Amino acid sequence: MSVHDYIKESAFPLFTCPGCTDGVVLNAFLRAYEKLGYDRSNTVLCCAIGCAGRTPTLLDFNVLRVTHGRAIAFATGVKLAKPDTKVIVFMGDGDSLAIGGNHFIHACRRNLDITAITFRNEIYGMTGGQYAPTTPAGGIATTSPYGMIEPSFDGCKLAIGSGATYVARGDVYNVNNLEKVIKGAMEHKGFSFVEVLTTCPTQFGRRNKMADPVKMINRIKDMTVPIEKAKTMSEDELAGKFPTGVFLDKEGIDLNTRYEELLARVQEQA
Amino acid sequence: MANTRKLIQGNKACTMGAIKAGARFCASYPITPASEIGEYLSEDLPKVGGKFIQMEDEIASMGAVIGASVMGVKAITATSGAGFDLKQENIAYAAMTEIPVVIVDVQRSGPSTGGATVCAQGDLMQVKYGRSGDCPMIVLYPNSVKEIYKTTIRAFNLAEKYMSPVILLMDETIGHMRENIDLSEYENVEIINRKLPDVPPEEYKPYEPDAEGIVHLMPFGNKEGYRYVIQGMHHGADGMPNLSPATLQCSLDRINGKLDRHKEDIWEWEAVDLDDADIVVVAVGCVSRSATEAVHAMRKQGIKAGLFRPITLWPFPDEPLMKATEHAKAVIVPEMNMGQLVHKVKEYTRDCTQVIPLNVYDGTVIMPEQIEKVIKEVSEK
Repeated sequence: MSVHDYIKESAFPLFTCPGCTDGVVLNAFLRAYEKLGYDRSNTVLCCAIGCAGRTPTLLDFNVLRVTHGRAIAFATGVKLAKPDTKVIVFMGDGDSLAIGGNHFIHACRRNLDITAITFRNEIYGMTGGQYAPTTPAGGIATTSPYGMIEPSFDGCKLAIGSGATYVARGDVYNVNNLEKVIKGAMEHKGFSFVEVLTTCPTQFGRRNKMADPVKMINRIKDMTVPIEKAKTMSEDELAGKFPTGVFLDKEGIDLNTRYEELLARVQEQA
Repeated sequence: MANTRKLIQGNKACTMGAIKAGARFCASYPITPASEIGEYLSEDLPKVGGKFIQMEDEIASMGAVIGASVMGVKAITATSGAGFDLKQENIAYAAMTEIPVVIVDVQRSGPSTGGATVCAQGDLMQVKYGRSGDCPMIVLYPNSVKEIYKTTIRAFNLAEKYMSPVILLMDETIGHMRENIDLSEYENVEIINRKLPDVPPEEYKPYEPDAEGIVHLMPFGNKEGYRYVIQGMHHGADGMPNLSPATLQCSLDRINGKLDRHKEDIWEWEAVDLDDADIVVVAVGCVSRSATEAVHAMRKQGIKAGLFRPITLWPFPDEPLMKATEHAKAVIVPEMNMGQLVHKVKEYTRDCTQVIPLNVYDGTVIMPEQIEKVIKEVSEK
């Protein structure tokens, strides 16, 4: 099986802009998926709205693309209805950390056995470049023309604080690490989360003096530092940096396992 | 013969009907006066191998039931007015993507928080018109505990048959009412399950309707290799986003047309003393119980009154109503809101027929005497 077999060529040409790195994430996911040898007949990809939310529709999988921010809510029904299903959720900054934030933290709390991937491009791309809860301080967006004044969310810290049992960060520059952490997330039993630093030259780059896609990827290179190295750095040195790698990988009983125990208990009594 | 009668609450009857219909998943969020539906299902679903989950909000519970149905598991959620507002976007998603689910709305007084324990019929229009776009909907509205049981089963059957969300409308009074009922006659009731594809995966187009206008969506997680995209953008037969004028029109025609085409199968109504009636009352839900009593009382006094009670509220039973009011000199529409059903009644009665609204929105249930008073006034004219 080649990675190309997973792509729905009829869905091309891509809807994404030139220089977009969403495809890099998709590529890393497919490579990891193929290495794990999973079966598409019990895999469901969930996604919602925006650029990241649309990317899985290019793949030859069963894809459930839903209302903005609600991918994890729908995925909860999918996973409870058929516990043996492998569920991977693809989301953008808004889907996971703004409109869908509530579903995100509760899926973490429940330790729902799904993998959630957030494409963190620091902007609302599809709608024309409005600021996201991940837009960096001072960042120019169509709704922050004088610079972003709100602090940004750290998706990984949010996931850890909410009870996720696998939390990692990858980026579109270091693709080997990206594939590795996505693979680790899919292998993990319980709620696994990967925050991926991606780039949007069209909507973020152009407004922030980085219209050149290569410049944006170099910025990602400069912004990221492996977790191991980050541990040796001072707070000042870490300002504005994003550690990458696996933050958390621990065992925990997932929701479906608890539910199966409940069903066994109830039916024994009956 | 064994006594098979039981004292059952309306909301409980709904959950019993759901399990009988094959529902094995419920996601909900607490809200009065619908909370008992989640409570009963949290207790009873695990006994039959099903699951209940209390989601983090109304929006999530609507999403989760659609997710379960996509996997082929019949699913139900329950709420009341303010929660229903929040569910609307995902209900529209289910209509657009043709995923069968049942949504219960036990009406309370609104708008906003309104009155949690106060009966009202303020959602008659929002269940049909509360969503963006031209969004089709089947809405059923029973008026007794036994009928709630039967109609819940019918709601699932229609959802599966027409690949559509179905709203089961109730009100605080019938949801919380208890009646001593016998359900043994429904032991062998027909249960309908959605049709599966009749073509192999390589020829499969998920949104290509059959001769009856119905799509055959293969549940996700199938072992046969049917793979496709379910998504809420306009789409053609392949299910992929497509905004061409032809596809847009086709997609709206498909989701609306299937209900219009089969409306006679979807329609259900009750006629009380209508044959020679010159005064017709049109009422739904708890108010129709008072209306039935009023009609009977009027008949005893020699006044030719009758009742037309839509059980299918949407698609609106326009032709049956027109027929029922053909010879009526007056039509009275009692409802517990500021006037909603009356507009549809006006639309489908003759211009020469007087249509009289009777609106009570103070939280008290309309009593038979209030309806009798209006009937008498009209008959004396």
